[in-house]
Parts: sequence; C-alpha cells; structure tokens
Amino acid sequence: MTESAERRTADVSDVTGQQSEGGLQRIVNTQPFWVLVALIIICIFMGTISDTFLSERNLFTTTRNFAFMAIVALGMTTVIVTGGIDLSVGSVMGLSGIMAGITLAAGYPLWFGLGACLLSAMAAGAVNGFIIAYFRMSPFVVTLGMLAIARSLALVVSNNRMFYEFGPDQPLFLAIGGGRTFGLANPVWALIVLTLIFMWLYRYSTWGRYVFAIGGNYEAAKLSGVPVERVIVSVYVVSSLMAGIASFLMVGWLGSVTNALGQTYELQVIAATVIGGANLMGGSGYAIGAPIGAALVEVIRNSLLLAGVDPYWQGTFLGGFIILAVLLERIRGRRSE
Amino acid sequence: MAVLELRRISKSFGAIRALEAVDLTIGGGEVIGLMGDNGAGKSTLVKIIAGNFPPTSGAMLIDGAEVHFSKPIEARRRGIEIVYQDLALCDNLTAAANVFLGREVKRWFGPIRYLDHKSMYDRTAEIFSELKSETRPRDVVRRMSGGQRQAVAIARTRLSDPKLVLMDEPTAAISVRQVAEVLDLIRRLKETGHAVVLISHRMPDVFAVCERVAVLRRGRKVADKPITDSSPEEVTALITGALHEA
Repeated sequence: MTESAERRTADVSDVTGQQSEGGLQRIVNTQPFWVLVALIIICIFMGTISDTFLSERNLFTTTRNFAFMAIVALGMTTVIVTGGIDLSVGSVMGLSGIMAGITLAAGYPLWFGLGACLLSAMAAGAVNGFIIAYFRMSPFVVTLGMLAIARSLALVVSNNRMFYEFGPDQPLFLAIGGGRTFGLANPVWALIVLTLIFMWLYRYSTWGRYVFAIGGNYEAAKLSGVPVERVIVSVYVVSSLMAGIASFLMVGWLGSVTNALGQTYELQVIAATVIGGANLMGGSGYAIGAPIGAALVEVIRNSLLLAGVDPYWQGTFLGGFIILAVLLERIRGRRSE
Repeated sequence: MAVLELRRISKSFGAIRALEAVDLTIGGGEVIGLMGDNGAGKSTLVKIIAGNFPPTSGAMLIDGAEVHFSKPIEARRRGIEIVYQDLALCDNLTAAANVFLGREVKRWFGPIRYLDHKSMYDRTAEIFSELKSETRPRDVVRRMSGGQRQAVAIARTRLSDPKLVLMDEPTAAISVRQVAEVLDLIRRLKETGHAVVLISHRMPDVFAVCERVAVLRRGRKVADKPITDSSPEEVTALITGALHEA
C-alpha cells in the first residue's frame, strides 16, 4: 500500500514537468504568434521611417497582394502537415488561369469559367495525389513533374496567346478579383473566409485530424484504420483547388492572363507556409500561419521596395527567409526535446 | 470456449519456413506469455493473428468460428486489438486523439459533422482512471514517458472492449519503474476479463503476470504449460534449445 502510494506521488511529480499548457501559453508557444509580433514591429518601424507605408493605398495593395499568396499557402500548409510538398502550385495557377481566360473569352458565362478554372486545377491535384498516395512516390518528384506539365499545358491550351476580353460577364469577373467590399480588397475577404474554414477543418473535422495523424506517423495512422491514401489524394486536390481560387481572383484583378501567370509563385508560397510555422518534416502547422507568413513575406518585399532596395535582391531575401525559418524550427525542435 | 484457437498454422516466406504447424488455444480472460529467441517466429505469429498477412496453411478460429483476415482492421472488428512494439502512436497528437484515432466521436450540427472533443477527452480520462494511470488525455504524446505511452497504446485497445489483446514486447524499451506500471496495466486487463497474449523477451515479466507460457523455437511450438509447472530455467533452456521439448 505504502509502496503504491509512493509510486503514485512519484508519477505526479513526473507529470508536472509535462503539463498541458493553458490557452494563452499555448498561443505564445506557436511560431505564428512570434511571426505576428515580428510583423507588427516591422510595420511600426516602417510606419515611422516611411510616409507611404501606412498610407491607406499602400495597406490596401499590400493586403491584396499577400491574400493571393496566403490562399495558396492554406493548401500548401495542409500538404506540408502530411509531410509532403507541392511544387506545382504556380504552374497550376497558370493552367487554371488560362482555362478561365479561354472559356470566358469564348463567351461562356462566369460560372462556366469558374468551373473550368477550378476543375482543371483539381484534376492536376488529383494526378499528383494519386501518384503520391498509391505509388508511394516522393511528393517532391511528382509535383516537380507537374510543375513542368501544367505550365506546358497552359502553353498548349493558350497557344501562347494573352486573354484580356472576358465575354459577357467581364465586368463581374473583373469586379470579383479587382474590386473592394467595405474597404478591403475582395481577395482579402476570400482569404478571411478560407482561413476560418481551414481553422475549423484542422480542429473539428475528421479529415483535419487524419491530415495531422498522417504527418505524425504514417504507419500508425494506417494501422488505426485511417484511409491514408484517400486523405493524401484529397490534400493535393485541396492544394491545387486553392491555387485555382487564387488564380481566378488574380486574373480578375490583373484584367488579363498569359501562360506565365504564377511563375515561381511556389517559392513565395512555400516561404509563407514555412514562416507561418508549418514543419517540413510533417505533423505540425497552423491555418492562421498561412496569412501571417504570407503577410510577413509581402511586408518585407514592400518595405525593401519603399526603402529603395533594388528589386533584383528580392529573391535573395526570400530564399534567405526560407532557410532561416527552417533553421529556427530546427533549433526550437531541438530545445523542446 | 476458446477466444482464439490456432490450428496447425504454418507460414513460409519463399524457402524460409517461419512457422510450422503451430497450435495455440487462448481462453477468455487468460494471460499467456509467448516466448522465443529472435527469429523464432513470434512476430510472424502475431502478424498472422493481427491480420497483417494470412498463414500459408492452417486455420484460425474466433469463438469457434473460422476467420480469414486480410487487413488489420478486420481483426480489430472481430475483437482482436494489438499493442505494437513501436506502439504505433502519433507523437504530434494528444493522448485522447491517439486513443480515438480512426474511431473519432462525432456530433451533428445541422448537416455538419464535427469532432466531439469533450466526449473523447472524458472517455479517455475514464479509461486512464480504470487503468489507474496518471496519463492525462490532453497531453501531447511527444512529451510522454515510455510508461505513459504504453498506457495510451493500451487505452486504445480498451475503446472497443476487445476479447483479446496482443502485446508485442511492451516492456522492451522502458525503465524499471515503467515496467511495473505496464505489468499493472496487464493485470487490469485480466481483471476486466480480457485475454492477453504477452510477447516478451523478459523472463521476469512473463512469470509475473502470465498463467501460461508457450515457447517457440525455429517456428515450432516446443512448450505450452501452466507457469506454475515451469520455471525460468526450464523456459530459458527451451528457448535456447538446450531442452528440446516440455
């Protein structure tokens, strides 16, 4: 009796070191929180040294610019949580944007153009997901292949033409992507709604639970009866769908589309995702990290421009931030172990 | 009636005969130790019972009815739960999420189905208190001790109230104090009427909790007797082949 009582107390003291944190503590421990802090500091700093940075006009443009990136980053976060990667999002944007452009230019109504845009995107995602899930091929290789394929298909379909006349629904199409509602650009509203949906899915849906389980331990998820293959296919379809949605809005904003739409966009999106706290090893990530990470990438880009830094340097900063973000994650991971 | 009965189970991988005509009968609420050296066929036997792959020949009966499994999920549906050697847990999820993985409790809100976190936390807490484990449902598995991980893995098996729990080397990689915890968990399973097959290398564990011990050597069953009629020395001799049969 005394022995078991003693053991029980030993257990309790053991456990105190591993308490589950309270709500506030849990938020403070996440990467998106610290990135948000950094973001606010940069914004305050830029606001004091530049008159234009906090101008309504600049804020409007900046939020709209990162909205496209963040929408794609929501899908990318989901892929990365499963331990995968999707390099094809930029090319899928090109292909689906061309599909929207060519159907609208041919005089089809807006819903048809939207359907063509999203379905072509999802088809590319389904091919990615199917090969990755059922042939167990590396996501890196498969989506790298799709990066080339989707871009080439965009060229084939468009025959290297530019589309800028979008048929009978042109005003509506341009208003959806380029307009504003209650002072915010429409893509920002799309981002807000999609972020809330993803937050809900991650926390309250079986699908979200399975996405994290697969990233945590693929074999365990499979042994537990999780339909791992189907979930993986769905994750790549969702990633491409987000690319399609971003592309539809972007073409409406730009007012024209060429097959080069979204070229090298995957790099910015992956940067935003990783900075937003998604771990490239899989198993952890935050829906809210996508807009926060994208905002940081865009604000830094914008700040460099306002500071008069040659735009040729942007790639250097972007690449540097990806490496830095992964490095910080690595250091944090080592400390928590 | 026997919960599980194996009749002349054999398994070959190409030219290698992993199991040869193994018979094994497990009664309700019985705790049986399955011992043998590396390569004796223990893992192969567990994988057949668990439904990872079918035997080359022989029959498997649950409650007297013959069964054929091609996937682990089929074995689980028939009341066989497995605690894998590497525990098969998702480190990034909470204890409760692991316990309910693949069997989440959901609620309807109009047409929308969502995870019922509260009832999963509550049920997990209940199971842990039945197991007299201090593990907490909201803790993330990554930060748990080996004993707590065992408790999570065992709690998983309690969800469906299985007939038989197979435990593959549950004490292989944990500290002495945690071993005692795990053995307590096994006793708790027995008290609640669950049959347990304990696959282990560790003689003291088997003699502490099992009623019967079966020994495999080179794919054959060389002994199957009550623990009270045997001794660690005899079992060691059987495992190594110093003693041929008992």
